[in-house]
Amino acid sequence: MTERSSSNEYWRANIRIILISLAVWFFCSFGMGIILRPALMGISVGGADLGFWMAQNGSIYVFLVLIFAYAWRMNKLDQEHGVDE
Amino acid sequence: MDQFTLNLLVVGFTFAIYIGIAIWARAGSTAEFYAAGQGVHPVLNGMATGADWMSAASFISMAGIIAMAGAGGYQQSAFLMGWTGGYVLLALLLAPYLRKFGRFTVPEFIGDRFYSGGARLVGVICLIVISVTYVIGQMRGVGVTFARFLEVSTDMGLYIGATIVFIYAVFGGMKGITYTQVAQYIVLIIAYTIPAVFISIALTGSVLPQLGLIGNHAPSGGDLAFLAKLDEVVMELGFTQYTAHTTNTLNMVLFTMALMIGTAGLPHVIIRFFTVPKVADARSSAGWALVFIALLYTVAPAVGAMARLNLTTTFWPNAVTGNALDGEALSLEAIENDPALAWITTWSNTGLLAFEDKNGDGMIQYYNDADPRMQAMAEERGWAGNEITKIDNDMMVLANPEIAALPGWVIALVAAGGLAAALSTAAGLLLAISSAVSHDLIKRMINPDISEKGELLAARISMAGAILVSVYLGLNPPGFAAQVVALAFGLAAATIFPALMMGIFSKRINKEGAIVGMLVGLIFTSVYIFLYLGWFFIPGTNMFPNTPEYHLFGISPLSIGTIGAVLNFASAWVVSMVTKAPPREVTELVESIRVPRGAGAAQAH
Repeated sequence: MTERSSSNEYWRANIRIILISLAVWFFCSFGMGIILRPALMGISVGGADLGFWMAQNGSIYVFLVLIFAYAWRMNKLDQEHGVDE
Repeated sequence: MDQFTLNLLVVGFTFAIYIGIAIWARAGSTAEFYAAGQGVHPVLNGMATGADWMSAASFISMAGIIAMAGAGGYQQSAFLMGWTGGYVLLALLLAPYLRKFGRFTVPEFIGDRFYSGGARLVGVICLIVISVTYVIGQMRGVGVTFARFLEVSTDMGLYIGATIVFIYAVFGGMKGITYTQVAQYIVLIIAYTIPAVFISIALTGSVLPQLGLIGNHAPSGGDLAFLAKLDEVVMELGFTQYTAHTTNTLNMVLFTMALMIGTAGLPHVIIRFFTVPKVADARSSAGWALVFIALLYTVAPAVGAMARLNLTTTFWPNAVTGNALDGEALSLEAIENDPALAWITTWSNTGLLAFEDKNGDGMIQYYNDADPRMQAMAEERGWAGNEITKIDNDMMVLANPEIAALPGWVIALVAAGGLAAALSTAAGLLLAISSAVSHDLIKRMINPDISEKGELLAARISMAGAILVSVYLGLNPPGFAAQVVALAFGLAAATIFPALMMGIFSKRINKEGAIVGMLVGLIFTSVYIFLYLGWFFIPGTNMFPNTPEYHLFGISPLSIGTIGAVLNFASAWVVSMVTKAPPREVTELVESIRVPRGAGAAQAH
């Protein structure tokens, strides 16, 4: 039973990390890149407005950071819960 | 040495490498044939995934699709975010769990998790429809690239490409494909980056095209932002502002989402993550895949925007430093005599570029003749319409080295890169198809007693069969290839992605729910596409014109996969709630794939 509850706790922690990551994923691409672009027109990144840059380059960098951060955080979580390989 | 010999040498050299790898990496077991023996380093798998994923469309067409879009370059950013954001979903929601499951194919997970041959069969059907439609575009890409650079017919090019794939895919299986994809990635990324860097230096003084895009325009003195210059030039000629915002936010959101979940649901991409040794490797390998993909995808919008400005200022020489219309348009005499403009004749010979001196003034006026302001100006200046009658999207990448006056070996490299992109994607798709046939249909459904040796032979025969079918379809493509690819993404989004995700994140979704969900997604999405593009893409059988005013709530057939996915989730949930919960073994299976410990090697049954 202890093992089962520990694995449930592991899974809940995983879901929480996934939800936070997906919120960032959505905000940076759909949010700043598309929906909020008109509101962000005043902010510029070099010669582009923030929304344009997020849509064409910036969101891709955020995606990269997100995946590696998730991989790193999950490896730690695996160890904490003793379910690593 | 002339350009043709150079092209032949460079392409021949890359092909020799691919065949060499095929001889070295022969598959000796089904585990090697289907999943490269689970021994691929996560970084190498990331590179192979990059080549697997980046198709002829990414390499040859995407920059041009963005740059030449009628509604402006920003509008098509959906491709950039959509085709990269899918990897976040893969890394977080699918890849690690499917690696833990530890089998060989996508329908295998669907069949085992939903404890049903019916679900497995629906999975196989979706996989085959998605992968076959996708492979047709690759086969065409191989043929077209050969025809353009190596002076053979498109059909002949297709045969040559298919033979090369046959050699390394039939003998090497996933093992051969993986290591050739690594080599193909290196070829394609070098071929894409070199012309991009030179053009970026010429136009913005920046070595990195990513910085060039947001840098200043160098030829006009360096005080004006490059994008502002591009906006100014295209608007002066009556085209839509390059950075203009989308006119249909809902459709752009749904299209981006369809590309993202479609990417995460593509079987040939998912199976790449079965080849790494551990669950943790599957997570990091998705990150590495995106690193290698981002090297091309962050450069592509710069390549497109810069090629567009280059092309426009070529036809309006005064626009380089001032206003286009203050000077004269490019003269026919210059096109014929100026060696720096020889590419215009070369590419008009290929049919990708066409111009016509309609008003007979010896000059080529390039402008938007649908714009009222430009129509008035044309009247005043005696123009008889836009005289560039065709600019193919593909030219933005293929002709780039010549427009930038780069040496011949760079042109040859672009040819080899285009072929590498198309061949690597074709091979990955063919493996997904053949493993679904030999493993899911033959081993798991028709003849479970087949021996290891027998299954390996069946896998090789299925691969050969899949290649023959794709060659036939490449020679006789149904409808337009671009439309067919739209179907592949929509279907992957509406069928496979939701089924896999529910299989991992819910213990309550049962076989009835999964089957109904996949069928609802499949039928809804394909019918919506057929309504606008013709039943089974047969021209003339569409019920409505494919224009925004006829689309339901302005949602284009390209974006409908997102709605199909939502309907899949909803119907699967409703049906599961009113039918029996899955048996105990299945909830135990779900428990086990949720924790990484004990992944080990994939089981061979």
